[in-house]
Amino acid sequence: MAKGIVIFNEDICKGCALCTTNCPVNIVVLDTSRINQKGYHPATLSDPDKCIGCANCAMMCPDNVITVERF
Amino acid sequence: MAVVFQKTKGLTDKQTHYCPGCTHGIIHRLVAEVLEELDVLGETVGVAPVGCSVLAYEYFNCDMQEAAHGRAPAVATGIKRALPDKVVFSYQGDGDLASIGTAEIVHVAHRAEKITTIFVNNAIYGMTGGQMAPTTLIGQKTTTSPYGRDSNITGFPLRISEMLATIDGAVFVERVSVHNPAAIRKAKKAIKKAFEVQLEGKGFGIVEVLSTCPTNWGMTPVNALGWLEENMIPYYPLGNFKSPEEAK
Repeated sequence: MAKGIVIFNEDICKGCALCTTNCPVNIVVLDTSRINQKGYHPATLSDPDKCIGCANCAMMCPDNVITVERF
Repeated sequence: MAVVFQKTKGLTDKQTHYCPGCTHGIIHRLVAEVLEELDVLGETVGVAPVGCSVLAYEYFNCDMQEAAHGRAPAVATGIKRALPDKVVFSYQGDGDLASIGTAEIVHVAHRAEKITTIFVNNAIYGMTGGQMAPTTLIGQKTTTSPYGRDSNITGFPLRISEMLATIDGAVFVERVSVHNPAAIRKAKKAIKKAFEVQLEGKGFGIVEVLSTCPTNWGMTPVNALGWLEENMIPYYPLGNFKSPEEAK
């Protein structure tokens, strides 16, 4: 059961992958099957159910793509 | 359901022009969050430098002023003296502050101006195309040191925080980094402290933030953070060099 929800503002993501480096449950990934309007692979969650809502991904994001909510 | 992280009101909605993975974005956010938390966004005047962050005035949601290259501390001095009730900060890179603006930063500290400086050190000139900066590490390859910086020709990297800490007028000097979430939390604490020192009218405060330049270092953003941790932190040790308690 997920403890948090991560919302990505995908259109402004630059695909830098900094958010993917510090996830304690390793679920933040770049979605290589899609590109956003900027032309980058946007960040997304591979398994949203595992999210613990720690906000490490949002902390690392240089472009304010990520909003995190916790139950 | 509680929101644990959302974009601060201290930043505008404009998307930054920074390269993917550039830590300027993180540092902008930290400054903006601190201004929002201290509830001084409406009373703040920021001074933008020349360099990659030349357009910072488009991103901070407070009054901003652009300065000539290296002169942000001088412009900030003028603003603070004319409007002493305002919170004034300068946001500068290492090409701006540690090279062409060395005189300005030293003398703003020597005059104990009650302003705050955010010094972003990424050991290279970013905007102009990756030339060697005074802060470039020995052996680091740049477009103007293609075989690596050679101390016989170009001397040694400049440690600005240590230098400024020797000046009595500088009451808060700290070096922080943004290479992982723990470091980012510490960086935010230091930036907040620097602004509090200004609000208390104690003197000049500077926070040096170690930053990356993935584009000009020729690395992925993730590798650049690793390079920062392995190479920059040993030469530029993190920590507080001066706080108001010591300055007394």
